[in-house]
Amino acid sequence: MTYKRSDGREADETRKIRAEVGVVPRADGSALFAFGDTIAIAAVYGPKPLHPQHLQNPEKGLLRCYYDMMSFSVGERKRPGPSRRSSEISFVTTNALMPALQLGNFPGTVVDVCISILQANAGTRCAGINAASMALAHAGISMSDLVTAVSVGQIDGQIAVDLTKEEEDYESGGEKTTDIPISFLPLSGKISLLQLDGGIKAEKLKEAIEIAQKTCSKIYEEQKKALKNIISRKEEKIKE
Amino acid sequence: MEKYQQGKISEEKTRVIVVPGEVIASGESYLPGDNTKREDKDIIANKFGLAEKEGRLVKVIPLAEKYMPRKGNVVIGKIIDVTFSGWIVDINSCYSAFLSVKECAKFLNKNNLIEYLDFGDMIIAEVLEVRHRAVDLTLKARGLGKIENGIIIKINSSKVPRVIGRGGSMVNMIKHESECRITVGQNGIAWIKGEKLENELLAKEAIMLIATKPFVEGLTEKIKKFLESKK
Repeated sequence: MTYKRSDGREADETRKIRAEVGVVPRADGSALFAFGDTIAIAAVYGPKPLHPQHLQNPEKGLLRCYYDMMSFSVGERKRPGPSRRSSEISFVTTNALMPALQLGNFPGTVVDVCISILQANAGTRCAGINAASMALAHAGISMSDLVTAVSVGQIDGQIAVDLTKEEEDYESGGEKTTDIPISFLPLSGKISLLQLDGGIKAEKLKEAIEIAQKTCSKIYEEQKKALKNIISRKEEKIKE
Repeated sequence: MEKYQQGKISEEKTRVIVVPGEVIASGESYLPGDNTKREDKDIIANKFGLAEKEGRLVKVIPLAEKYMPRKGNVVIGKIIDVTFSGWIVDINSCYSAFLSVKECAKFLNKNNLIEYLDFGDMIIAEVLEVRHRAVDLTLKARGLGKIENGIIIKINSSKVPRVIGRGGSMVNMIKHESECRITVGQNGIAWIKGEKLENELLAKEAIMLIATKPFVEGLTEKIKKFLESKK
């Protein structure tokens, strides 16, 4: 217990969560999800016809995710456009969301999910997955569950959730922080994403997964609240 | 706010808001309807929307939905391609539709289909048949054909029943109040044609108002008041 978090958070405490639905009016579905100053916006388009035709799957619809960091989202300007990192994250995000989706009724079509990171301070892929699953639900796509993600880390031998960039870069005695983004289907408890960057002991990883699952059930409540609020919010408008 | 409760459907509760994966009702006494699935004893929602109880049947009315063509639907579409035997029409769905020359009301010169319907033209058509992924349209019925002028607006197809109202009550009221001709396609595209532009814009505003306010009781009265106040 040597490491103390600089923002005074407990080990199992996330940064302030902000979740909103319907932030992109022209998209079929959209959502914003933020862990403190890490902000992700997801916009969903489709199901729509897929071209070129050879990519079509005659059995079910396809999911395509595009993860993109805005050039102003980080300290030093990020060169805009796709990169090796962004294509990797797009790929793992697609795989993390796919188990929850039911696209069997839409053969030969595609659902596009565009995730934009407005501000980055670590945990962007998790914020992106959370936003994307809310946006997919908002677009009226058939799903068996939402998807909830959080990053867990081992800082100086101690497990903590939702790391900041400062904590991710922390180093003591030659031991670097281990960063583990995890995503769950909260109701079934299945893991749909688990990446690990660094070194960790097996029992510590178990502990990390447990703490992630607990945190995810809290995040799930926030996602649910944001989705359900949209109806009451619209009713308030009519009273005005 | 009391009407839209959280939690499960039970004897007292008839309408609740649900997200995908949420348990709507438990027990063998309920049956799964649209957008729901039975998992052991529970009925699970597959879509985000309002869960409703109709006798023993539990169903979810989605808040937003992509239009799925059904036989007999009247839709408004846009010509996106012209082939040797007909037109390909974008009907705001996940599949495009085909309008054959044979299903045209007029006799046409097959060598010059563009003369009748060109790229970008809007048509009111009826869905003739849906086979797997192929959707066929027809223009052979009253009120169908090419749209020459007026305003086209787009709403989500899940809001169309609200805009039309029970037995057409809502749309007829808007027609009467705004003195416009209105056709609402099942695919969420509506066509408004009036004598004056102001009337068209008024009708448009009323329809957009309905589309942004789902699940409100007594909406017809509210829209009527809105239209009268704007006159």
